[in-house]
Amino acid sequence: MIASASRTPEGGYIGAPVPRREDARLLTGRGTFVDDLPMPGVAHAAMVRSSHAHARVRRIDATAARALPGVLAVVTAADVADIQKPWPARMPSPVPGTSVRHGVRHTLPVTKVRHAGEVVAAVVAESRALAEDARDLVVVEYEPLPVAATAAAALAPGAPLVYDELGDNVAAHIVQRVGHPEQAFASAPHTLRETVRVMRGGSHSMEGRGVVARYDEALDGFTVWDATQAPHAVRAMLTYLFELPEHRVRVIAPPDVGGGLGPKASVYPEEVLVCWLARQLRRPVKWIEDRHEHFVSAAQEREQIHEVEIAFDREGRLLALRDVFTHDIGMYGALVAPVITGCTVPGPYRIPNIHSEVRAAYTHLQPSGAVRGAGRPQGVLVMERMMDRMAETLGLDPAEVRARNLIPADAFPYDVGMWFRDGARLVYDSGDYPELLRRALELADYAQARREQAALRAQGRCRGIGVAICVEGVGLGPFEGAVLRLDGRGRVVVTSGAPPQGQGYQTAFAQIAADAVGVRLDDVDVVTGDTAAIPYGIGSFASRVTANAGPAILQAGAALREKILAVGAHVLEAAAADLEIVDGAVRVRGLPDRGVPLPQLARLGNAGTAFGMVMPGGLAVGLEASAYFAPTQAGYSASAHVCILDVDPETGEVTIVRYVVGHDCGNVINPLIVEGQILGGVAHGLSNALYEEAVYDDQGQSLASSFLDYPLPSAREMPRVEMFHLTTPSPINPLGVKGAGEAGTLPVPAAVAGAVEDALRPFGVRVNRMPLSPGRISDLVHAARGSS
Amino acid sequence: MKPPRFRYSDPATVDEALGLLARHGDAAKILAGGQSLMPLLNFRLARPSHVIDVNRLVELATVAPSADGGLRLGALVRQRALERSALVRERAPLIVQAMPFVGHPQIRARGTLGGSLAHADPAAELPAVMVALDARLTLRRAGGERTLAAADFFVSLLTTALAADELLTEIAVPPWPARSGSSVHEVAKRHGDFALGGVAATLTLDGQGRVAHARLVGFGVGPGPVRVVDAEGALEGGPPTPAAFVEAGRLVSAGVDPADDIHASGAYRKRLVGVLARRALTDALAVATRRAA
Amino acid sequence: MSETRAITLTVNGQARQATVEARLTLVDLLRDEFRLTGSHVGCEHGVCGACTVLVDGEAVRGCLLLAVQADGRRVETVEGLTADPAHLTPLQAEFVRHHGVQCGFCTSGILMSLTAALRDNARPTEAEVRETLAGHLCRCTGYQGMIDAVLALVADGSRP
Repeated sequence: MIASASRTPEGGYIGAPVPRREDARLLTGRGTFVDDLPMPGVAHAAMVRSSHAHARVRRIDATAARALPGVLAVVTAADVADIQKPWPARMPSPVPGTSVRHGVRHTLPVTKVRHAGEVVAAVVAESRALAEDARDLVVVEYEPLPVAATAAAALAPGAPLVYDELGDNVAAHIVQRVGHPEQAFASAPHTLRETVRVMRGGSHSMEGRGVVARYDEALDGFTVWDATQAPHAVRAMLTYLFELPEHRVRVIAPPDVGGGLGPKASVYPEEVLVCWLARQLRRPVKWIEDRHEHFVSAAQEREQIHEVEIAFDREGRLLALRDVFTHDIGMYGALVAPVITGCTVPGPYRIPNIHSEVRAAYTHLQPSGAVRGAGRPQGVLVMERMMDRMAETLGLDPAEVRARNLIPADAFPYDVGMWFRDGARLVYDSGDYPELLRRALELADYAQARREQAALRAQGRCRGIGVAICVEGVGLGPFEGAVLRLDGRGRVVVTSGAPPQGQGYQTAFAQIAADAVGVRLDDVDVVTGDTAAIPYGIGSFASRVTANAGPAILQAGAALREKILAVGAHVLEAAAADLEIVDGAVRVRGLPDRGVPLPQLARLGNAGTAFGMVMPGGLAVGLEASAYFAPTQAGYSASAHVCILDVDPETGEVTIVRYVVGHDCGNVINPLIVEGQILGGVAHGLSNALYEEAVYDDQGQSLASSFLDYPLPSAREMPRVEMFHLTTPSPINPLGVKGAGEAGTLPVPAAVAGAVEDALRPFGVRVNRMPLSPGRISDLVHAARGSS
Repeated sequence: MKPPRFRYSDPATVDEALGLLARHGDAAKILAGGQSLMPLLNFRLARPSHVIDVNRLVELATVAPSADGGLRLGALVRQRALERSALVRERAPLIVQAMPFVGHPQIRARGTLGGSLAHADPAAELPAVMVALDARLTLRRAGGERTLAAADFFVSLLTTALAADELLTEIAVPPWPARSGSSVHEVAKRHGDFALGGVAATLTLDGQGRVAHARLVGFGVGPGPVRVVDAEGALEGGPPTPAAFVEAGRLVSAGVDPADDIHASGAYRKRLVGVLARRALTDALAVATRRAA
Repeated sequence: MSETRAITLTVNGQARQATVEARLTLVDLLRDEFRLTGSHVGCEHGVCGACTVLVDGEAVRGCLLLAVQADGRRVETVEGLTADPAHLTPLQAEFVRHHGVQCGFCTSGILMSLTAALRDNARPTEAEVRETLAGHLCRCTGYQGMIDAVLALVADGSRP
């Protein structure tokens, strides 16, 4: 798709592929990322990290480190006692009747470390290199303790405990049931059962984490520049730990953040420590995460192991689903991903009886939170594997078997019967899954692809076709807000809490505001991610921002327009209904010479100078409007992917021949941006399918902690992706938008797994584990040959 | 990830460099292309007290024909220069065939031939290529020099025969016979990454079209390049048939004992190089046949 | 006190001087000493490519070169591609048209690699474009917009 600066045929910006306003500065090297901020006098922090996954910290000797010239401070838990309040519990379980068991942790570990890479001390020096020199001199005496490095190890009887006070490592045990699964399984003509293992990995946004804190002694407060996805959440943690009121802690996401993908939405010890050090030293302090640190301490998603079973009839209609799985949550992970997994498995299919059960386990590994996809790719993989198996069992085409089970287009809103991760019912708002699948198969020339496959198979070539269709919960609340003002320059300034990390909010928000207020795109400025600029915000994650901030901007924009026209009506002595906003001025419709330019109107409306000392009755003060949009529930986007690939059975190499994507995210604000989000997601999904893998040994040590051992696909590995869009608007918000930020990742592992298994069907290969690699694929072929 | 402190020298002559090596030996590291050493420094996995930057030693950066019809390659020749050299393409095509597998253009712009050989990563292409070409390496120290066959240069994992006071200065490649063909096959997770397994193969035919000479060197399947002499011997003297290549592949597979690691099982690598050997021989034959025609 | 060296180099056509520790990398020199923060640090082991700059016309990793090694060299960074952000080069303009940028962190290095490659070969095929980009990681875009931007430039026949 190509950008176009024109409005849509209907005359608006919403829906137009407007070129991004962010691009010029990023293309000319004038972006401002956290490490680019001019910060005179800044000191540099380096973190001393535990080399053990589980150990008591007996002693930390920083004498030699502190003596190094250029070193300003070395702090341990004892030094920062004033902020060592236990961290607040993470979000509760969204499923009624279930709970999360929280362990107590602190900014710096008090008695023991719980993952290799956990911060045990911080060093500040005149340069990062000096700080690392000093770090080398810090002596930490550990008493190693036994390690539970997988969910299975952590859940085994007698496992070493992550939180002694809990008595075991079960963070949460959540069961959701629909209908009568046991009876359904007992009476079903067919059942199939599998064990599916899936390991994901880190975010590896190209910019890692980073934070600069400045302490203002006169105000006894902090300004914190933080490459975060959730500035208000960071502020909440800082105000809690430092016992400061909100107005004395300002957290700002810099104008440019180099990708987030999930882990930047958590709060970390480093952010807290940098503030403490800035106050201690009376100098700004900066910590920039390096890639190694990202590998060993940033949140990630790791392994799930599913025991999944389906029951179905002879026509391939699903009767029941049972999915029991474990999830590794690390030493302080969030419950988000596993709940989402459980809710994603049923997908676009009618399944009258469901048993979904997860045990989320604490382990001695870094926190496992949410990485783009947030548990959904795993759910999609599980269901789609079973659909393929059902097809094979019944001798049916895999696409046909899916079509037979899809929720029909007239069945919305569709209640799956479960609770979603936002604490609301899992009710699909809108969608047309049969059409989505049909069009994906059409774009992929599915029937022709099957014929080609047969011909190639006859020649001994291994061509495979994988189909995956899924539903994705997006746009969840609780809310986002927008404050819109017409400022003294006559420009509309849009302020919202959720900051971008590449999603183009500076453009998309401006499109919505321009349409809502009725001004030109170029008359709009967008300010994001500053807790001082907007009091309430949640953050950019979970594909939620457009569906929350978008309607807020729409509503505030409409309200602002009314105020502008009201002032205009007074000034022009006309009825507001007779006024229009055109080319930067309010004027009487049909009388272009009777108008007042917006800058002038702003000065009138905001400063009241037109009205002397007394505001005219009925006129609100100030050309500003704010709105917070709180959706009643999440929205549900959908995707269908078709993957056609070849496998070299001798080397295990995979070559993707075609990759087709169909996507429905409801109405679209900027189709150029949405397409980019999908493509980026597909690349990440492909990486999860074939390339990257978080690998740890049984002592909790990362075995893949650099890009040399952790491959991400480049342009060389990526196929050209063919895409189409379907639009089923969401009834949940007035824009009819859903979410698109993560969608590309969801079906890829499933589509690739299905295609590889299909390609190797002549050998009887079963793909039950992701990611795949040439070695794994070849080992599967070899094993299958050996057993035949 | 910032490097630790070190003393830095950038000698202007080879003798000066050798003098520094003689003085600092074990505590020094040679900085050539930097594509291997700099990551080690940035991770602080290497902590030399002295870094000797040899990039000013332009006399070591030449590609020259040798009197016997082969090549003399300076250790400091950039990988990019090897890739683009018409002389190398003509006299040692195996080197040019390997280059697209070596990292990415941005790495090859700085990476050197000597640096790759001295670093001796077991999954690197150039060490295997030099063994396959029967190259001879010149190692110089203050007051002397010696030459070693490439096969004797690679001792073990990331370990070469270089003494602490020695500098690799030149690689001599013997003449490339008529009726010869070569090929490199490898599998990596991503293009340009270190190989999960690979084979560098050369084949020379005699006047009757039989195999006169063969080299089969695996990489990524042992602590260093693995030359499988059994497989070469089975080919030499016989006709270059598909069956002979299958057998050679079987022998290559039998002749290696790779370990498991997080990227692939040893069993996979063992199978893989057998397949790759067979394919490389097939491609090498095609080239040799074209050259003979 | 660690030893330092005085170096002189050309950056985007301008002579620059600095006195640096030997261990300072080129990308840190550019960012911290010269305040040219357009080049980014993504991995410090030569894989991600975010630090890629041109040295004597060749695309190299700024994180794997010492600043002292750039003494006497001609360095080009993203800031030098155009003097004025309001007037983008044809390559940059195609990136805008084809949505080749999202977070922007990988963008500078990619533009430098493409600049060097296009000087060598102004009409690359799609495979050649992918090969040039193979030395760069992007986690946001999936690369397709960037590839289409370069191909459009080639089709248009403009100078990059």
